[in-house]
Amino acid sequence: MPRYFTDEHEWIDVEGESATVGITDYAQEQLGDIVFVELPSVGTMLDKGGDAAVVESVKAASDVYAPITGEVTEGNEALEEEPALVNSSPEEEGWFFRMTISDKAELEGLMDDKAYKVFVEGL
Amino acid sequence: MSANDTTDELPEELPLGTLPLDAWHREKGARMVPFAGYEMPIQYTGEGGGIVAEHEWTRSSASLFDVSHMGQLGVTGPSEDHAEAAAQGAAALEKLLPGLITSLKPGRMRYSMLLDEEGGILDDLMVTNAGPRIALVVNGATKWDDIGHLREHLDDEITLHHFDDFALLALQGPRAGEVLEVLVPGTGALTFMTAGLFEWNGTHLWVSRAGYTGEDGFEIAVHEDHVVALADALVADDRVRPAGLGARDSLRLEAGLPLYGHDITTETDPVSADLTFALSKKRREAGGYLGHGPVMEVFNGGAKQRRVGLKLEGRLPAREGAEVFAGDTKVGTVTSGGFSPTLGYPIAMAYIDAAHAEDGTALEIAVRTKRLPATVSPMPFVPHRYYRGS
Repeated sequence: MPRYFTDEHEWIDVEGESATVGITDYAQEQLGDIVFVELPSVGTMLDKGGDAAVVESVKAASDVYAPITGEVTEGNEALEEEPALVNSSPEEEGWFFRMTISDKAELEGLMDDKAYKVFVEGL
Repeated sequence: MSANDTTDELPEELPLGTLPLDAWHREKGARMVPFAGYEMPIQYTGEGGGIVAEHEWTRSSASLFDVSHMGQLGVTGPSEDHAEAAAQGAAALEKLLPGLITSLKPGRMRYSMLLDEEGGILDDLMVTNAGPRIALVVNGATKWDDIGHLREHLDDEITLHHFDDFALLALQGPRAGEVLEVLVPGTGALTFMTAGLFEWNGTHLWVSRAGYTGEDGFEIAVHEDHVVALADALVADDRVRPAGLGARDSLRLEAGLPLYGHDITTETDPVSADLTFALSKKRREAGGYLGHGPVMEVFNGGAKQRRVGLKLEGRLPAREGAEVFAGDTKVGTVTSGGFSPTLGYPIAMAYIDAAHAEDGTALEIAVRTKRLPATVSPMPFVPHRYYRGS
């Protein structure tokens, strides 16, 4: 299952016609202790690069953007009870939402894990 | 992902300064951010690091904060007699501060404010009778304006000294007293809001039993040449860990203490800001300070809005700028807010119309598309635990 990354530190796993989105380990490390995640409701149409979710850390609120265009099909309900999952398991249990993939061509502009690693090292 | 951060607002073209402990912080894994014109630690990484962990450590043991960005000033008059020079400085300061300064005995300190002609708050500060001088500790982001304001209004015969070669460390937490007593014998006898001069390792420390966390603790002024050694000595004690600005902010919010530039500004006055305790009765009656007239109008007529505490339901915090509603009517604005690690729910400070500012009033805060239920609550949110003597 290919995983892509954005330069805004979201990751996206592609599985057939569906994708799962979250924020990277680097992102959660920068944010610090996360106390609340505001997810988009099921059925929300997201535009590539547009606002998708909001992460509240102790310190501040941060926007999470949609890596691609599509419709939200599921939110990670576990985050309601335990937002700290984003800190402890950002790239697995702490996923944010699943969405449809409107245009697979949009994936081509994203980074793979090697490119993302280089990108983060350059920050 | 991008942060909607509001770190302190300074013109970006100003180059950032570095503090004497800069390298020390980086060695300890600090994440440095621009604040008040300096690069400062927002939090530390690694074991024991992170805002919540640092916050909790401060509430349960003791944390070391670097607050060297703050302005340390001394005010003296022309007399060659030290006590008299301090008394002249105190008298001069009473033209600008609404508190009783002349009655402060040596080693005693008081919270006060610098006010403008309209009674707006230019800064809040600590004033100490430090023996041969009156010592002021002012906010970092406002210190240059404060110096300008003081110099403009104080007579030429009054000397204003900026101790810009001194660092300031805050040791805060329930175990701060026992820790510092071991390192600097005698400091344990200080009580809340008293201060004194101590010797340590061949240098002088000016130690005040005060702070900005609601916990017992100290602020320690030390020459920049000795601050690394002092910081090392403090964290060599297992009870002490370094903590950054992030924890300092969540701690002071829980303690109900206002943050200058956010909860108090030139647009707010001491009465609306719920800081009436700092307006000494004698001085309210006698006046003689800048802003007295306008402040007394609010004092006698009542504030239109008041700074209050808000407890929120749920987990979503409301931040500075969020609007507060009673039904469909906007009744106020949040000036600072966040998640309280101690309480486990979000809290905020807000200016609320007087009619809706009573404790227990149910209100709503607008955050993005949501309306969050909130209740006006007394502050501090978390009780102060100052050391007032055994």
